[in-house]
Amino acid sequence: MSDIKTEENINKTSNGSPKPTSPNSDLKLDFASFWEYSPAPESSDFVQIDDRYNHFINGEFVEPVKGRYMKSINPATEEVLCEFADGTSEDVDKAVKAARKAYEKAWSKLSGKERGKYIFRIARMIQERARELAIIESIDGGKPIRESRDVDVPLSAAYFFYYAGWADKLNYAFPGRKPKSLGVCGQIIPWNFPLLMLAWKIAPALATGNTVVLKPAESTPVTALKFAEICRDAGLPDGVVNIVTGAGQTGSEIVNHPDINKIAFTGSTNVGKIIQKSLAGTDKKFTLELGGKGPNIVFEDAPLDQTVEGIVNAIFFNQGHVCCAGSRLLVQEGIADRLIQKLKDRMETLIVGDPLDKNTDIGAINSKAQFERIQNYLEIGVNEGAEIHQSSCQIPENGYFCRPTIFTNVSQSNRVVQEEIFGPVLTIQTFRTPDEAIEKANNTPYGLASGVWTDKGSKIFKVGQSVRSGVMWSNTYNKFDPTSPFGGYKESGIGREGGLHGLYPYIKF
Amino acid sequence: MADRLEVLKTYKTYVGGKFPRSESDRTYRVTDRKEKHIANACRCSRKDVRDAVLAARSAFGGWSSRSAYNRGQVLYRIAEMLEGRKEQFIKELELAGVKEKDARAEVHTSIDRLIYFAGWTDKISQVFGTVNPVASAHFNFSSPDATGVVGIIAPDRSPLLSSISLIAPVIASGNSCVLIASVENPLPAVSFGEVLHASDVPGGVVNILTGYRDETVDTLSSHKDVNAVLNTIADRETRKLIDENASISVKRVTHYPAEDWFLDDHENPYLILEFMETKTTWHPVGI
Repeated sequence: MSDIKTEENINKTSNGSPKPTSPNSDLKLDFASFWEYSPAPESSDFVQIDDRYNHFINGEFVEPVKGRYMKSINPATEEVLCEFADGTSEDVDKAVKAARKAYEKAWSKLSGKERGKYIFRIARMIQERARELAIIESIDGGKPIRESRDVDVPLSAAYFFYYAGWADKLNYAFPGRKPKSLGVCGQIIPWNFPLLMLAWKIAPALATGNTVVLKPAESTPVTALKFAEICRDAGLPDGVVNIVTGAGQTGSEIVNHPDINKIAFTGSTNVGKIIQKSLAGTDKKFTLELGGKGPNIVFEDAPLDQTVEGIVNAIFFNQGHVCCAGSRLLVQEGIADRLIQKLKDRMETLIVGDPLDKNTDIGAINSKAQFERIQNYLEIGVNEGAEIHQSSCQIPENGYFCRPTIFTNVSQSNRVVQEEIFGPVLTIQTFRTPDEAIEKANNTPYGLASGVWTDKGSKIFKVGQSVRSGVMWSNTYNKFDPTSPFGGYKESGIGREGGLHGLYPYIKF
Repeated sequence: MADRLEVLKTYKTYVGGKFPRSESDRTYRVTDRKEKHIANACRCSRKDVRDAVLAARSAFGGWSSRSAYNRGQVLYRIAEMLEGRKEQFIKELELAGVKEKDARAEVHTSIDRLIYFAGWTDKISQVFGTVNPVASAHFNFSSPDATGVVGIIAPDRSPLLSSISLIAPVIASGNSCVLIASVENPLPAVSFGEVLHASDVPGGVVNILTGYRDETVDTLSSHKDVNAVLNTIADRETRKLIDENASISVKRVTHYPAEDWFLDDHENPYLILEFMETKTTWHPVGI
């Protein structure tokens, strides 16, 4: 034993082995010699987008009864991409009648095994047309092709594949009970993950023996109509899946239609509350996947570089148009300065631009309305006294683009901390003790998802148990899988989608 | 004539582990089927509801973080205490006109129902939790977790048994609750508060109010610190009011009207699940 600090043993631990250090641990990445990426556009010449799309009702594409159409805009160019039908109560009624007839005459008469085989077919056809769907998703919605190609579309196929297998095994899912289907489901989905949200809704509904009337969002209707082609090509019985396009009014016609047994909605908490109120006093079942303001908690013992990547993925994935985004960073005081500096450096490397370019990290904001909403929140943040920092990256002249943004010097009561912005905007708060972190994490009306970064397992479980949210990502963020239930506590929604738990909303005993 | 004048009990409410009167100081007459006076019960106000919700919220954190084993023992303890006081409850039910035989059956079933739910506390997450085989390199599991504060609107029928059939599944998983007792016969529910008080149930986990539903249900179902409502009143107007109020803060609502509270159907884990969230935890797998 030697307590004498000689030159030699300063860098050794008590048992004589070298201290674990990383020679680069405090080095800053070299951005001064940052090179330009050449354009790497995904070729889209084989993708066919029609000038005009109609509803898909009873197995056919049909014109809207009132003959009205809306326009879908490519948010990266602000050019009109196509026209699509503006659904009215007449269209919704036709779709519900088709769905009812299909439920009674065909779908509920099929065995689970045969139902499952149809759903497997759909899963396969999504895989077969994967690249085409990914490109359309990026053109119509503005998301980077890297994400639509590697996340949205493969996951959509995976959800169908997963739920297909449940169709003939439902008797094993609910101990002691025999599940029955509900009937016709009205489903209203958002614009942030158009095809994926469709998959989350339609796959479990079909597997449990229900038929569907689905309305995609008015800024991203195209992949749902491509999905309608897949249903047709897969030979799915007419009327089992019906797609009615339109805006909020069309959604409201679905919610209030008397012959619908269940409503599934994903979207903002405000609209969710309106829907819940409209359903008051009816016997319709419903699930709501609403907004969030995900706390992402970083403790001092977290691996910093890994954490920075996680923070970027938590808030800048899909332009921050993610209900479960980690939009509130909570950092333990001791590492706050270093972490924020590393995050700022990393933000400089993010490429904002053409969604179809394979190098793009952050694509276009989905619509003009959302773009203005985000700009408005940036102003609110500044007016509230927060310190704003944006990446200095170039952004295209046309289209709706927003630089990755962080707000420091914010307090818990600031609107940018309390309200869902749904854009690439992160607020950063600090904390001293785990209890303070938990308190701040829980101090919003939301409870959808949260993150925790630490090297200590016991801390993960303590924070995980105390933070009231439906998903807890530890040392990771924004991961999704068909076997994994997703959904919120408190005002983030009611019910779960995904996994075995995702069957419950579509059955009765 | 008896040679001794009986001492009558003043029925109060049970809030935060104490037995306060209504802050409004109002009462109403509880009578038997022949309109004979049995007792005065508190006619609770909106403020009483808010106070009870506050007590329930304060108790939630502690109760939900108790171990499932501990909550099971506490529920079992309630049954033990009720068993020891069953003659009191049989008498209270008889006062309201229930036949002795039926009153005894109601108390016995109530005790057994508590035992049933006591046994679920440490099994619910085993039966309804999952380990999810995600395709990426992550370990992922889902388990049920209490939703928070639950407002319970109890029916008039079988006032002891129905109250216990509603409270037990709600608190078994770690929720706290505020129960609006039967209007016709609130006395067994209030006396049940005394049993809870003697049973290691932390104050505030169960709060019991009496009074008129048109003065309490609106406030309870619209209170933003209530996470869920369990309603047994079947009438359409009440249901609609509760549903509309629930939408203010995205409350979970379960309408659970029942004709016969003696049925075994009321003993099922799916009722517990109605007041639980599913929490899914991810962690990377790697070296």
